[in-house]
Amino acid sequence: MSSEARKVLTDPLFNNNPIALQILGICSALAVTTNLATSLIMCLALTSVTALSNFSISMIRNHVPGSIRIIVQMTIIASLVIVADQVLKAYAYQTSKQLSVFVGLIITNCIVMGRAEAYAMKSPPGLSFLDGIGNGLGYSLILIIVGTVRELLGSGSLLGYQLLPLVTEGGWYYPVGLMLLPPSAFFVIGLFIWVLRTVKTEQIENAEYQIHQVHRTEVL
Amino acid sequence: MPSAKGKGTWLGLRPVLSRYLDMPNDSTQKTLFIALSLCLACSIVVSTAAVVLKPKQVANRVLDRKQNIISVAGLQEQGKSVDELFEQVEQRLVDVRTGEYVERVDPESYDQRRAARDAGQSMRIPDEKDIAQIRNQARYAKVYLVRRGGRLDKIVLPVHGYGLWSTLYGFVALEADANTIYGLSFYEHAETPGLGGEVDNPGWKALWKGKKLADDDGKLRIGLAKGKVNPVARDAQFQVDGLAGATLTARGVTNLVRYWMGENGFGPYLEKLKTAEG
Repeated sequence: MSSEARKVLTDPLFNNNPIALQILGICSALAVTTNLATSLIMCLALTSVTALSNFSISMIRNHVPGSIRIIVQMTIIASLVIVADQVLKAYAYQTSKQLSVFVGLIITNCIVMGRAEAYAMKSPPGLSFLDGIGNGLGYSLILIIVGTVRELLGSGSLLGYQLLPLVTEGGWYYPVGLMLLPPSAFFVIGLFIWVLRTVKTEQIENAEYQIHQVHRTEVL
Repeated sequence: MPSAKGKGTWLGLRPVLSRYLDMPNDSTQKTLFIALSLCLACSIVVSTAAVVLKPKQVANRVLDRKQNIISVAGLQEQGKSVDELFEQVEQRLVDVRTGEYVERVDPESYDQRRAARDAGQSMRIPDEKDIAQIRNQARYAKVYLVRRGGRLDKIVLPVHGYGLWSTLYGFVALEADANTIYGLSFYEHAETPGLGGEVDNPGWKALWKGKKLADDDGKLRIGLAKGKVNPVARDAQFQVDGLAGATLTARGVTNLVRYWMGENGFGPYLEKLKTAEG
């Protein structure tokens, strides 16, 4: 049991990462990672929503009619997201303004719904809660890496503290403007997946197509 | 269990609950029961959170608005709190139609947004004049004055109007001549992040500084250009770069600034200021 709990909690970090392997929840990973502070708040919000939604859905899983299964999950997730948004507005107002619509969009984050449907509907509440935490942490891992890289290279700072003195302020560091634009998150996530799959070769997918070298004479 | 009163039977709910829970999951009755009780439970959770957290959120909003007024008027100072800095700002109420100060209402407790919804304290804007699409306007509007060395230095005026998705609320700061913009900033809107949401971009906001509202004939010319402003054009002093990918938000911003600086907005008040100070 405890080994299963540990597996549920740590598997999503590297072995079954929701972003790197399942390729879920990419959109918010692009939007909120221009600096580390917003990334951290977003991680916190998503992890708590996933854990609590998994827990509550698992509690009532044996009584959910199949015909309204998805809408029941959506209602629970949406309520939790509204609560998370309200809490942020009360305790982290400036960050919640920067996150703007992206907290509300946790509702549509595939990780939350995916875990509810794939795990919480058939597992007991305790394990489902841990699974939510685990997947939230897997998501957080990527967001923290991307947020750190983008803020450090894009603005020369971390959490608002200037680490690399900028040229515009008399220092030596030329900020990489690209890092502040959404595509750079794709590059960082791509590099992470590359590193991950070099270490864990079992994650490499089989090629769907094999490109043969075709000689002209053969075709004709 | 059966002998216990109230507590043991969950106030008599338990038999009802187990009757429903024992039904097959896909029966119509159970589906309805689950749907209704889930909605009830979720709405209780959501409304509890909203009610409990409201005082803190309101305090945050007030602080944020003060912070916006301070930054739009350029009053920031290192190491001073928002409330300390806000002491330099004088709040007054203005009767929008006459441009006179209103003395019998306390500006501190006056809520302009609520007043705009109250038929007794607001007026309906005729459709053809309602370019900012706000429909109702409060009779009295707040203005914030910053004095330096006894003379009027900056005037901060609250403005709002419709963009693409939402009403944008913000402030316009004017120099003492009541025609030169010192700054513009929005503290509340729900425009698309990255497109219309670029109204929050500090680089874009800085472009407003020094722009003129009206030409020598008093005609309002301020507005957003299509694309970049041509710096040598005659209109350059009235125009700010447009926002790429946000045509409708940009149009909304132009309209709301023109509305509030025009004859139906703060126009009469600004006229009075010009004659008094000038």
